[in-house]
Amino acid sequence: MESNLPNNRRIVIIGIILLIAVIYITKLFTLQVVDNKYKTSASSNVLRYVTQYPVRGLIYDRNNKLMVYNEAAYDLMVIQKQLDAFDTADFCKILDIDKDFLIESLKDAKIYSRYKPSVLIKQISAKTYAILQEQMYKFPGFFTQTRTLRKYPDSIAAHVLGYVGEVNEKNIEKEKYYKSGDYIGASGIEKSYEKYLRGEKGVNVFMVDVHNRIKGSYDEGRIDREAVPGKNISLTIDAELQKYGEKLMGKKKGSIVAIEPSTGEILCMITAPTYNPGLLSGRPRAKNFRKLQIDTLKPLFNRALQAQYPPGSTFKPMTALIGLQTGVVKPTTKYGCQYGYHVGNFSLGCHGHPSPLNLIESIQHSCNAYYCHVYRNILDYSSDAGIVANYTKWRELVMSFGYGKLLEIDFPFELKGLVPPASYFEKLYGNGWNSLMNVSMAIGQGELLVTPLQMANFSATIANRGYYYTPHLVKDIQGDDEIAPKYTVKRYTKVDSQYFEPVVQGMYDVVQGGPGSTARNARVDSLDICGKTGTAENPHGENHSIFIAFAPKDNPKIAISVYVENAGYGTTYAAPIASFMIEKYLTGKVKRKWYENYIMNANLLNVEKKD
Amino acid sequence: MRRKINLYKNIDWLTITIYLVLVLMGWFNIYAAVYNEEYNSIFDLSQKYGKQMIWIIAAIVIIVVIMLIESRFYAFFANPLYFIMLGLLITVLLFGTEVNGARSWFAIGSFRFQPGEFAKFATALALARLLSSHNFKIHEFKNILIIGALIFVPAGFILLQNDTGSALVYASFIIVLFREGLSAAFVLLGVYAALLFILALTIPLIYILILIFLVSAVVAFIYFHDRRDVIKGVFGFLLIIGLIFLANLLFFDFSIIIVLLAAAVVFSVILIIRAVVFKYRFLFAIVGITFGALSFTYFTDYFFENVLEEHQKSRINHLLGIESDPLGAGYNVNQSKIAIGSGGLSGKGFLQGTQTKYDFVPEQSTDFIFCTVGEEWGFVGTTLVIVLFVVLLLRLIFLAERQRSSFSRIYGYAVVSILFFHIIVNIGMTIGLAPVIGIPLPFFSYGGSSLWAFTALLFVFLRLDASRLELLR
Repeated sequence: MESNLPNNRRIVIIGIILLIAVIYITKLFTLQVVDNKYKTSASSNVLRYVTQYPVRGLIYDRNNKLMVYNEAAYDLMVIQKQLDAFDTADFCKILDIDKDFLIESLKDAKIYSRYKPSVLIKQISAKTYAILQEQMYKFPGFFTQTRTLRKYPDSIAAHVLGYVGEVNEKNIEKEKYYKSGDYIGASGIEKSYEKYLRGEKGVNVFMVDVHNRIKGSYDEGRIDREAVPGKNISLTIDAELQKYGEKLMGKKKGSIVAIEPSTGEILCMITAPTYNPGLLSGRPRAKNFRKLQIDTLKPLFNRALQAQYPPGSTFKPMTALIGLQTGVVKPTTKYGCQYGYHVGNFSLGCHGHPSPLNLIESIQHSCNAYYCHVYRNILDYSSDAGIVANYTKWRELVMSFGYGKLLEIDFPFELKGLVPPASYFEKLYGNGWNSLMNVSMAIGQGELLVTPLQMANFSATIANRGYYYTPHLVKDIQGDDEIAPKYTVKRYTKVDSQYFEPVVQGMYDVVQGGPGSTARNARVDSLDICGKTGTAENPHGENHSIFIAFAPKDNPKIAISVYVENAGYGTTYAAPIASFMIEKYLTGKVKRKWYENYIMNANLLNVEKKD
Repeated sequence: MRRKINLYKNIDWLTITIYLVLVLMGWFNIYAAVYNEEYNSIFDLSQKYGKQMIWIIAAIVIIVVIMLIESRFYAFFANPLYFIMLGLLITVLLFGTEVNGARSWFAIGSFRFQPGEFAKFATALALARLLSSHNFKIHEFKNILIIGALIFVPAGFILLQNDTGSALVYASFIIVLFREGLSAAFVLLGVYAALLFILALTIPLIYILILIFLVSAVVAFIYFHDRRDVIKGVFGFLLIIGLIFLANLLFFDFSIIIVLLAAAVVFSVILIIRAVVFKYRFLFAIVGITFGALSFTYFTDYFFENVLEEHQKSRINHLLGIESDPLGAGYNVNQSKIAIGSGGLSGKGFLQGTQTKYDFVPEQSTDFIFCTVGEEWGFVGTTLVIVLFVVLLLRLIFLAERQRSSFSRIYGYAVVSILFFHIIVNIGMTIGLAPVIGIPLPFFSYGGSSLWAFTALLFVFLRLDASRLELLR
């Protein structure tokens, strides 16, 4: 290319460089010499940013009953650089701490920063605060900052509400909003709705001289900002029902989840054993947390969302529905049962009941043999495509009910259970596997794992005759008019709604039928409860007692799952517990007092081994 | 036809002097910025200032190595180096370590290295090699594409690393292209684009539409042979707007923006028909400019809403004065201005700065090192630094212009472009004249990778310059 370009190009470039240099120097001149805004007379004046902490949003239940509120607390802060000699004995006496602790804490604060304020003692009481405030002038370098503590009027629903903890380095790195010492929702609703509950921090900027005296507002308060309080949240939880359920489960391990089928709103989510949420608020949190952590009953474990159990016989309605959908049975199809299902050397036992039974009766009597027939028909005959394809189809239908996948509830740490893919069995049994090998899946045993939430959702899906709404815990956020659209979408299963009626009838007969029905003890007059018992075999000890139910049969208001660990048959504990919960929710009180007392007082916490 | 030359005699000692002064000033200011009473020796290797000394010594080793290599090597290996660098950029994207949200580092033990810093250097060499190749015509369409790819491919990879600041540096090569004869129209087009970018974020769309139409009319007015045609065209356009506006009023209910766009489409169709009928190609250009600007405005909006990260958005918003948030994005700039402003005319003196040391200013040893200069050395210090940089840039331009080899000249301008961009953005962001995009101040900021990269960038040029009499090409 041309080796000698027009000179004016070079001149333009030089011109731009010089022009920008002149602009910058002019700007620096105004900034450093002309404008006095950035300068103050003393050479070492600094600004102090006093953070204004917003009030955290309150949490209400579905009936506007207060579940979480705030109480003021005070943090004692220190700025290393501004410390001067002070009477440590006096200081320790006021705060009721020992000297070694003070020295250690000051050392930690120094490592954090010599110039920035850091928390020396968290949440000192209002009384101590009052005394300290009067004597503050004696302790240069210290000041107090107001914070709020979470309080729980009823001490219920610890797992739902979650707790608020101090931010860790990961939080700070992930979001610049948080500074060391800030609080953040660490679990439960406090975590998943942190953005709404926390509000927005504000700041006051003061000019401070070397002696830590405030000289006034910087720039006439023009850059100060008010804190924006957090938004209040209304949960879908019914506090009364939650409280009652926690009482029922007080001496048991397991979970209760109830859902309103017509909205997907979670009415209660009980995990047992639970703990008092107040334990994880304020200064004793760390100590109590460790204590709860080493408790062998695992009270911190949120069974409702994270325990993955075999569904047991509560799965039979699913097998029935898929049998109907794939056309391998009709409601009138009958199978005989001679105390179990016997093929060659294979035998799967059943209890005594009339035989043969049709589909509706098979649910009513919870016949194992019937479901072995149906399951094997699905895998062998639902199409000519072979067992892998038929099993895969079966799995697809099961998963359309929310089993084996995340329901995507508005809550952290949900688990998805397990509905193994066909490849699992290929690996386990080789290519020639057949439907007899995993026939125990038919009755909810074997590899199947589900969470109590998924079971309640399954119950709600049957109640709705074929669809569910994504279960959720928040009904309303102050200032937000609409609930998230994902909670108002009907999620249809891959089973047509016409097939649900016989299954509902079967579940109705489980509770309302004649002698031999499996859960007659769950009957409450005029409430039309439909249910299904389950008893999950537990290789480690006593069986688990399970019950899913909904009521009333038509236009259902509540669907529920109850799981009681090591409690024997489904009908023994889970069925009456479910019926009490439904009665409580629908009528406001439970009439069968002696039975209620008997169940409530039964202690099943330490039943581990079979007798 | 080659002559052996005396390196010592031919090297440009003025540039080396300025370089050494800047590096030493940087070192002292890092010392002041992160001064720690407990480790008060500037040679303490556990502190940043001790480490910076090691980086400086290593930089001198790099200089010696560069000087020992034959000058022909750089032109010869420009392309291989470029492709090796691209490989490294891809590797770091896959296997790199994330620091401050940017996946742009290799970490081997405690040693960290940022290939993006060297990518500028390799791109500069490759660009020089391309533009200086025999019979290269900058305005051929194919060549413009090649130049674009050469510059934007590494920039794209760096953007993917989430290091927007370093990626923007590549825009500075427009200076090189301008010097090498790229039509001023392209540069004006670039300015127009930058203007639209800013306006798209600050003023309502309707005004931008009007501005775009006005610019197109002015361009037409300047370039058309018959200006009466342009005036007729403007009236015709207004008439179309009026008609569509009336129709909209009577039959539909679209927004005024839709009305204007519809009018533009109708008018453009008429123009294109005329362009085809009368074989007047300039009409195409007018339509192209108008719709190019329109789509660019929409693209900007999309880019801003969907591509930029939250913090980048708020930094730009802050700079444009849309948002004022003293604790958030504006916090850094506000603190930085306080620090610099509090320095006054002559500063508080060495190690006497409080704003920077009290941790009020973030990144005070790297991106915001200029604050320490401002606070401790005052207006005198800041002016001195700017003057030193300006002298360096002007000297480099002088050196570039005296090259006989176009490769050396173009490379020299590339060095000027990169340094210039870093300097104006880095200093600009500390005084609130440029967005905070986090790129280092050359030779000043703490960090091995950036110091070595700038050193290599500069001294390869000095090496080429020292051999300027060797090559008679």
